[in-house]
Amino acid sequence: MQGQLPVLECRALCLGYERREVLHELSFVLREGERLCVLGENGTGKSTLLLALLGLKRPTKGEIIYGADSARRQIGYLPQQLAVQQDFPARAVEVVRSGFLGAMGPKAWYTREQRARAGEIMAQLGVAELADRCFRELSGGQQRRVLLARALCATRRLLLLDEPEAGLDPIAAKELAQLIRALHKDKGIAVIQVSHEVESALDGADYVLHLTRGAFEGDRFFGTAEEYRASPLGQDYMMNCRAGRQAARRVEYE
Amino acid sequence: MNDFIAQLLEITQYTFLRRGLAVGMLVTLCAALLGVTLVLRHYSMIGDGLSHIGFGALAVAAAFQWAPLPVALPAVMLSAFLLLHDGKGARKLRGDAAVAIFSTSCLALGVLILSFRGGSNVDLMNYMFGSILSLTQNDLWLSLALSAVVLPGFLWFFHRIFSLTFDPSFARATGVKTQAYQLFTAGLTALTVVLGMRMMGTLLISSLMIFPALIAMRVCKSFRGVAVCAALVAAACFVIGFVLSCTVRRGLPTGATIVVTNLCAFGIFAVAGRIRWRNRTHCGD
Repeated sequence: MQGQLPVLECRALCLGYERREVLHELSFVLREGERLCVLGENGTGKSTLLLALLGLKRPTKGEIIYGADSARRQIGYLPQQLAVQQDFPARAVEVVRSGFLGAMGPKAWYTREQRARAGEIMAQLGVAELADRCFRELSGGQQRRVLLARALCATRRLLLLDEPEAGLDPIAAKELAQLIRALHKDKGIAVIQVSHEVESALDGADYVLHLTRGAFEGDRFFGTAEEYRASPLGQDYMMNCRAGRQAARRVEYE
Repeated sequence: MNDFIAQLLEITQYTFLRRGLAVGMLVTLCAALLGVTLVLRHYSMIGDGLSHIGFGALAVAAAFQWAPLPVALPAVMLSAFLLLHDGKGARKLRGDAAVAIFSTSCLALGVLILSFRGGSNVDLMNYMFGSILSLTQNDLWLSLALSAVVLPGFLWFFHRIFSLTFDPSFARATGVKTQAYQLFTAGLTALTVVLGMRMMGTLLISSLMIFPALIAMRVCKSFRGVAVCAALVAAACFVIGFVLSCTVRRGLPTGATIVVTNLCAFGIFAVAGRIRWRNRTHCGD
């Protein structure tokens, strides 16, 4: 793995809001084809970290370095939930193509290659036949795939996924997870995935970043997936999640 | 139909009517295109709010005997930047509440100023409901300049505007300068409102922005379709309303006639949309 080019590097990254520091001096390197899984409860700074990686939030200290030729514009971002209003007119293919905007420069229209590539990506993700459908009339799983296709138009190297399985039914969630895994393996795209679904997120992850409410080095975990499974924090969290799921299931049955 | 064309030809023989037709058409097209993004971003009332602010500015200008446009334009543009800007300052008072408070205050102040000055009710009526007679050669130049920016600009930035409207945070993450586009649309919206309110009146100008987008959304389900359809419908409704207002005996108020024409179109398109989408899910337009 060491031979691979770095796609993203955080150097002593500090993030925070006016009064509260959320992350203090986080450093890591992500290389081509690696997968980082970001875990943590709500309010521990996962979303803040995502915003910073996307360039939407300025670090209070430290820096984020993107790989040799991949500027910020080359990140493919899959948002957690898109609050599209009821009657927004948009065809799926219009949504997918908008992923190319970062690469368009001053041009006004998409090139023929870009259109063709959008078509290829949609075919790969199994949404080619939905191209002319209205985005808002698609099912949750279909919408997520269309948005993933948009993200893939924006990048060839780094995908940023914000809880990709949230709000999907178990079958759609599993299919999406398989799809992401295939992309990651076959194309060597690096993936950063924020998730609440510990087990499925850990499966195939190279690194784990677990954030807690504390901002400092000692409060969080960063290491390989094996190390995480063996660590007290990891075991504790996985057990809690399992218990939580069982409790939820029990409630469902009653 | 032949009657209609004959009347249209007759109208074009009068200079002031010709000017009204030209200014109105240009402003209508700009308003329709800008309206598509405004409506989809939940800023439908921004046009209404801005026109009230413009009314206040016009009243001040009238009270001090200043030229109306140099006062109204900067005032409305500044307000548009403040209201459409998503920055930190707007956090406390935002969205519809901010627009409502700000604009009604300006309207009230404008009315007070006009009444203190002892101005005639004709001025007030003209500002409130508009009049094609008040359009000047200057308005024609300004509206030509406005449409020279808006129409090509909308085409050129079409995909960016779509992305920005559909998912602003994704657009920002891919490097679209959302802030700049927002200021740009705010400025153009202000310009459209100031130009349009002379013709349509303070109370009705916002309909030029909202109606075409809403009408188009009944029938078209793609962003491109909605933009094209909105522009066409707006142009058609404007011409029909304009001709009706000039030819019906005694002359109907132009602004109101155009709004009612739009309302009829809305009804027709709503029914057409129902029929069109009853059995289909594709949006091929």
